[in-house]
Amino acid sequence: MPAVSTRAPGGAVGSRPPRRWAPVALLGPGSLYLALFFLVPLGLIVGYAFLTRGRFGGVVPEFTLDNFARLVEPVYVQVITTSLGTAAITTLLALALGFPTAYVISRLPRRWRTTALILVLLPFWTNFLIRTYAWIILLNDAGWINGALVAVGIVDEPIRMLYTQPAVVVGLLYIYLPLMILPLYSAIERIDPSLEEAATNLGASRWRVFRTVTIPLALPGMLIGCVFVFVPSMANFVIPELIGGGKSLLLGNLIRDQFLKARDWPFGAALALVLTAILVLLLVLQARAAARAEGGGDRAHT
Amino acid sequence: MRTPRAFAAPFWLTFAFLYIPIVVVVIMSFNASSSLFVWRGFSLEWYAEVFRDGALMQGLGNTLIVASGSTAIATVLGTLLAVGISRYTRSGLIRAFAIAPALLPDLLLAIGLLSLFGLVQLTLGLHSVLIAHAVFSMAFVTAIVLARLSHVDPSLEEASRDLGAGPVRTLLRVTIPQLAPGIVAGALLAFTLSLDEFVIAFFTAAPNTPTLPMVIYSMVRFGVTPEVNALATMLLGVSLLAIIATQRLTRITESL
Repeated sequence: MPAVSTRAPGGAVGSRPPRRWAPVALLGPGSLYLALFFLVPLGLIVGYAFLTRGRFGGVVPEFTLDNFARLVEPVYVQVITTSLGTAAITTLLALALGFPTAYVISRLPRRWRTTALILVLLPFWTNFLIRTYAWIILLNDAGWINGALVAVGIVDEPIRMLYTQPAVVVGLLYIYLPLMILPLYSAIERIDPSLEEAATNLGASRWRVFRTVTIPLALPGMLIGCVFVFVPSMANFVIPELIGGGKSLLLGNLIRDQFLKARDWPFGAALALVLTAILVLLLVLQARAAARAEGGGDRAHT
Repeated sequence: MRTPRAFAAPFWLTFAFLYIPIVVVVIMSFNASSSLFVWRGFSLEWYAEVFRDGALMQGLGNTLIVASGSTAIATVLGTLLAVGISRYTRSGLIRAFAIAPALLPDLLLAIGLLSLFGLVQLTLGLHSVLIAHAVFSMAFVTAIVLARLSHVDPSLEEASRDLGAGPVRTLLRVTIPQLAPGIVAGALLAFTLSLDEFVIAFFTAAPNTPTLPMVIYSMVRFGVTPEVNALATMLLGVSLLAIIATQRLTRITESL
C-alpha cells in the first residue's frame, strides 16, 4: 500500500487526521471487490429476469414479464414442488440424525468434544464430488449395500437403488448433515445442564424435560441448521444428476440448464429469483422464530 | 441430566453413515482389481495411475494456481475489511454484506458472475475462476478474522497511536500480529474451499482450463474408475491435515 505509507507521517502528528482516510483504506478495497463481483452479479440476475432472451443466447434489453409467467407452467411448478419436497425430507432426516448426535457430542468430556466435532467436519471437508462418488459405489446394483443384502439373504436379487429419488435424498443428507450438526451443537452446548437437572428434580419425565426445556433452548440452533441444509439442498444440481441419474430434475438442475444448455439466461434468472425468494423467506422465518425463542429462553432463566 | 439413552443409536448411526462411504473408498483405493466391487489383493497401482493421468495433473495444477491466487486476494482484502468493520463501523449491514457470499448458494453467485463476465465480454479462463473464488473465500476470511478481533483488546492499538505510531505502523506491528492465528486459519480455510469448489468453477472456467473438481466431475459422470479412490484418499489426507491445523489455530468450531 504505497499510497497509505506516504501519508503515514501525517498520522504521527495527532490521532485525529488519519481517522479520515484509515476507514477508507481498510474498508475500501474489500467493499469495492464485493460491490463489483458480488452485488453487481446479483443485480444482473434481478435485471436479466425482466429482459428478453437473445436469438443466440444472452439477453436483449427488452422489458418483459414472460419469464415470470412461464414459472407457473405445470412442468416448472412440478420441478419447484419436487425440489421443495426433496429439500424438506432431507432437512427432517438431518434433524432426526443431527439433534441426538449434537446432543451427545455436547455432553461429552471437553477433549472428546473437539475430536468428535473434527470427525463430523472431516467428511464435510472432503471434496463433495468424491463423497457423491462414494455413494455411487455403495448404491450400485453390484455395489456394497446390494452385495451385503444378497449375502445376508434379505433379498434374492439386487435392488435398484442408484438413480432413484430416495438415493438423491441420501446423497443430499450425506453432503449437508454436518451443516445441521454444527449449529445444533453450539446451541445445545450453551444450555446449562442444571436447567435440565432442575426440571428432572421437580418431577418432570425425561420426555417432558426434553420437550419443554431442551428443545426450546436449542431452537435457534435447530432453525439455523434447517436453513443451512434446506437451501443448498434446493440449489444442488450435481447429486440429482450423478445419483439421481438425471431423472429427477430439481431447481438447481433447471437453473444450470437454462444458463449452460438452453442458453435462456432471462428465464434462468427468473428461476434463480424463485430460489432467492425461498431463501429470503426462510431467513425471515428463522430470524422471527429465533427472536421468539430467545425471548422465551430469557424468561426461563429468570 | 445424563445423555438420554435413546440418543445413543442415532449418534452411532450418524458416525456410521458419515464414515462407511469414506472407509469403502479408502479400502478400495488399495485394491489390485480394476473392478470397484471385487477385492483382489493389495496394490498401490491406482496411486501411480493418478500421477500418470495427464488430465488430473493439469486439473491439479490449475486448481493450485486458482487456490493460491484467490487465497492471496481473499486474505489481504478480508483481513483489512474485518479490521475496518470492527474499528470504524457500527453498521450491522456492512458486516452482513461482507459475510453474505459465504451463505448464498454457490449456484447464485456462479450464474451472477457468468452474467457479469458475459456482459463485459471477459474471456473465461483461470483468471475468471480466480476472481470468483476470491469472492466467497473473502467472506470466510472476514468472518474468522472478525471472530478473532472480538478477543483483541483495542486499547493496545490506542496505546500504540498515543505513543506516536502511525495507523499503518499500528496495523502492521500491533493489530496484525495479534490477529495472525485468525488470518492463517482464514487463509487455510480459503485455500481448502477453493481446492474443493466445483459449482462456481463449472460456470466461470473455460473448458480448456478445468480445475481438479471439474476433472473429477467428468470422470465420475462417465463411469466410476478406481483411480478416483486413490485420488480421494490423498485428498482426504490433505483435508485432515488442514482441518487439524485450522483447529489448532482457532476455535473455529466454537465460533459457529
